[in-house]
Order: sequence, then structure tokens, then C-alpha cells
Amino acid sequence: MKSLKKPGFFHELAKNKVLYLMFLPVAVYYILFAYVPMLGIVVAFKDFNYRDGILFSPWNGVDNFRYFFVSGKALQVTTNTIMYNVVFLAIYTIFSIMVAIMISELASKIFKKVSQSFMFLPYFISWVVVSAFMYNFFNYDYGLVNNFLRALGNEPINIYSEPSYWYILLPVLYLWKWVGFGSVLYLSAISGIDQECYEAATIDGANMFQKIFKITLPLLKPTVVILLLLGVGRILRGEFDMFYNLIGNNGLLIDNTDIIDTLVFRSLLGTQDFGMASAAGFYQSVLCFLIIMIVNTIVRKVDSESALF
Amino acid sequence: MKKSTDQVVFLAISYIVTSLIAIFTLFPFVVLIVNSFASEHSIIFYGYSLFPKEFSVDAYDLIFRSPDTILRSYGVTMLITTLGTATSLFFSSMAAYVMYRKDLKYRNGLAFFIYFTTLFNGGLASYYITLSSTYHLKNTLWVLLFVPMFSAMNILILRNFIRGSIPDSLCESAKIDGAGDFSIFIRIIIPLSKPALASIGLFTALGYWNDWWTPMMFVERQRLFPLQYVLYTIISSVNVSSSVVQNASSVTMPQESLKLAMTVVSTGPILLAYPFVQKYFVKGITLGSVKG
Repeated sequence: MKSLKKPGFFHELAKNKVLYLMFLPVAVYYILFAYVPMLGIVVAFKDFNYRDGILFSPWNGVDNFRYFFVSGKALQVTTNTIMYNVVFLAIYTIFSIMVAIMISELASKIFKKVSQSFMFLPYFISWVVVSAFMYNFFNYDYGLVNNFLRALGNEPINIYSEPSYWYILLPVLYLWKWVGFGSVLYLSAISGIDQECYEAATIDGANMFQKIFKITLPLLKPTVVILLLLGVGRILRGEFDMFYNLIGNNGLLIDNTDIIDTLVFRSLLGTQDFGMASAAGFYQSVLCFLIIMIVNTIVRKVDSESALF
Repeated sequence: MKKSTDQVVFLAISYIVTSLIAIFTLFPFVVLIVNSFASEHSIIFYGYSLFPKEFSVDAYDLIFRSPDTILRSYGVTMLITTLGTATSLFFSSMAAYVMYRKDLKYRNGLAFFIYFTTLFNGGLASYYITLSSTYHLKNTLWVLLFVPMFSAMNILILRNFIRGSIPDSLCESAKIDGAGDFSIFIRIIIPLSKPALASIGLFTALGYWNDWWTPMMFVERQRLFPLQYVLYTIISSVNVSSSVVQNASSVTMPQESLKLAMTVVSTGPILLAYPFVQKYFVKGITLGSVKG
């Protein structure tokens, strides 16, 4: 009886063959460009050479990892990646919410539109262009900032030889690029809040600040939590585009600005150190996966509606 | 209605802070454009400034005097952007439609098959080796097309949009009228998902336009360099002359202003299109933030 009721796998495929065929192009893409490379992660345990390929290169146990950890690189890039990402996530969230709340209260439609357009603009350009901006501002000989400093009689600064500047610059640039995007995101969440809440509060005599802290922020909390958790899930994935374009392979800055992604890239294409590249990549992928699983499990326990999957 | 003190204070702060941030974000663009019209001489002697002492279009003149490299890279970028976006949109929305169909038993399995790729990957080393030595995609147009093609998030956003805006009954009645699964997609789903397709399409197009990573990883042949990567090589290299302008030896190179002019030339189309397409991006972000 049961077997009659439950059509099998092939029966389902045959019944909806057109639909499954329509899914095929995307499926083939993900198999070729995501799942096959996923299996290739075993290269982290191999002494890779091009002649034998991933499949036939000899195994070398955990040799690749030994060097990655013993050299102290693992600790350094992990610390840098997490540190920058935590700072980025924190300021991005705070500023995006702040700007979104401010814009939502502004009365002038034109002002709203124009300021939002300006803020959103950096989202559309690549980090390549941002690095051109940096050059305009901080070039030692001609840069705008250095000109200004010289005009005031101060010494010009050379950001490409002094790591400490980047602790400020990178977060500021990150904010510059993403605050527009973030404020659009939170603005759409704010516009979903029922206006009656505010009207009722006004009747009860609440002032602007009370409304923000007692209505807007609490109602934004679920959105914020979700986005923060997504951010935490990606805490070990660095902004490669940003770091590589702005800093590149600058040896003077590397200890303070090397993240996992730049290390992997440099080992792979620069020094051709496949062992290091694959070990660091494996470490990043597996840890990321574990973190996101843990995060999701916690979210599902607390509030199953908000779980990612 | 008269505004109370707290409102006035709050609005004043809002206007000031918002203006400051807006100026702060726009400022670099202004500096870039203004200085791309400054003469090399004034940059060398006075540095970059908001009000250059001498104006000149030498840098632009130089770029367009021997425009082969620039035009070719424009061509490559245009080709991969249009072809890639069209292909991506068509197959993404088709997959989204398949996952939307309630009568499909494995629809959630398919969705997880796609979603899982955002949770776990094989790392850059494996990806690079697989594409370059197993698939032999190095130095081909294909690699520029394929790498940025699909985004799991975009496909799932499209599915959520279709699910939220097209009622099942519409599909069912079309089926009763004898429409096939594919023609339902072409005749009903595509026309009704136009707003979402416009947004997702523009996000995809922007991704292609700004992609410098794929050529950096997989392309060494200069003929295949897209615009963004040409720009990257110019900005990151000390010596500009070799990469953009062939007959460089005969003229004195306005190196500094050339960098700026190249940046303007490669970003120009985005800046020009921006006022018209901005609203679709805003809509796209809103679509994405609605969890399905």
C-alpha cells in the first residue's frame, strides 16, 4: 500500500521532466563551479603539482598545515581578519541604522533623494577605483591631504609605509563604500513599521528621541540581529577586493593588514606555495562552515522564524 | 502643526549629519573629475587640488588618440556584461520558477543544493586549479562569462519574488488550458516578474562591469582584458605608458592626469547611468531583505 502511495525518485523525474530539465543549466553550473572545486579541497592534504593534478598528486598528510600554523601565519591572519571584520560590522551597522533613521525623519523630499543618491554612489564603483581615490588623496608628492598638510606647515604623511594609519583608514573607507547600501537596507525595514505606533506614541506625549529608542530601534531588532548573524557567519571571510586593491603586496604593511584571503591569494599566484594556499583555504572554509552552523543552531533555538535555513 | 523643541533639535542634527556624510561620500568623485582635467604641469607643481591652476584635456586626448586598447577593453566589458547578464537572468529565473512550482517534489532539495554553495566552498586553491588546469578556462572569454554568472542569493530572491507575487492558481489555470511548463514560464512568469528581473539584472550587470578579479586570476592575454582590469593594471603599475598608449615614446606622458582620466573613462558609464537605474537597485535591496 505504502509503496503505491509514494512515487519513487525516477517517477518524480519522469513526471516533471520538463521542469527538471529547466533547472539543469543552473545545476550543471553549480556542479562544475562549486561542487567539483568543493571536492578539490582535499588538495590541502596533498603535495600538489600540475602534472599529476589534484587527483593524482601524492598525499602528504598534514604537512601543509604544519607550516601554516608553526610559522605563526595562521594566528596573525586570523587575528587580522576577525579584528577588521568585527570593526567593519560594528561601524557599518551603527552608521547605517543612524543614517536610515535620520533620513526617514527628514521632511524635504528632494534633500532626502539627493543625499541618499550621493551616499549610495560608492556602492557602484569597484575597489580599483577607490584605490585611485586613495592615490589622489594620499600620494606622498601630489596628494590632496599631503598638500593640505604642507600648506599648514606640517610634515606630509606616507600612509604606504606606516601601518598605523590603516587602522583608521580601512574602517573609514569601508564605511564610505557601504553606508549608503546599509542605509537603504535599514530604511526599507523602517518603512515597514506601522505608522500607527508613532501616532499613538505622539498622542501619549512621547518626544522624537523616545520614539526612536522605544519604537524604531526595538522594532528594527529582528532585522539587525539577522544581519549581524549573517555578518558573524562571514567573520573569517575578508574583504579581499578592498585589501588587495588598497594595499596590494606592500611588505611594510603586511603584518598589520594581511588577512586570510590575501595570504591565500599571494601564496597561490605570487609565491606559488600551493601547500600554504590550500591549507589556509581549507582552514577558512571549514571554520566558516562550522561558525555558520553554530550560529544558525543558536538562532533556531532562540527564534526559529529568523533561522537562515 | 508647530514643531516641538525635540523635533527641531533632531531635525537640525539630521540635516547636518546627513549633509556631511553625503558631501564626504561625493567628495572623492569631485576631486577625481576635476583633476582629470588639470594639466600635468599643475599636478606636478601644485599637487591635486579642488581648484586646479591650469586646465587641459591632454590626458583624454592621449587616451583617445590611440584608442585601440581602450576600445578593445570597452568591447570586452560590453560583450561579457550584456551576454553574461542576459544568460544569467534567463537561467536564474528559470531555476527560480522551477523551485517555485509547488507540485515539484524536490523543490526544497534543489533550493538547498544552490544555497549550500554559499555556506561551504573548496577554497581558492582548489577553485583556481580546477578552472585553469582541469577545465582549461585560462585566457578565454568563457572564464570572464562563467565566474560571475550565477549568484545563489539572486536566484533565491527571484524565487521569493515569484512566490510572493504570482498566485499558484494562475499557473494551475494555465495548465488546465493546456500550457506546458516551459510556456508558462515564458508567457506568464517572465512578464509578471519584470520588476524583480530589472533589479537582479542590474545587480548582475554591475558585477560584470566591475569584475577585475576574474581577469586577474585567469587572464594573461592583453586582448581579453576588460576595462576594470586595464584600470587596475594602470593604477597599480608605476609606469603607465606601456599599458595604455602604444606610441608613448614620442610624447611626454601626462602620467598623473592620465591615471585620473582613465578612471573617469572606465567609471563614466556607471556614473551616467546611475541616476536612471538607482531606483531599481533600491528596489532590489528591498526585495532581498524580505525573507521568504
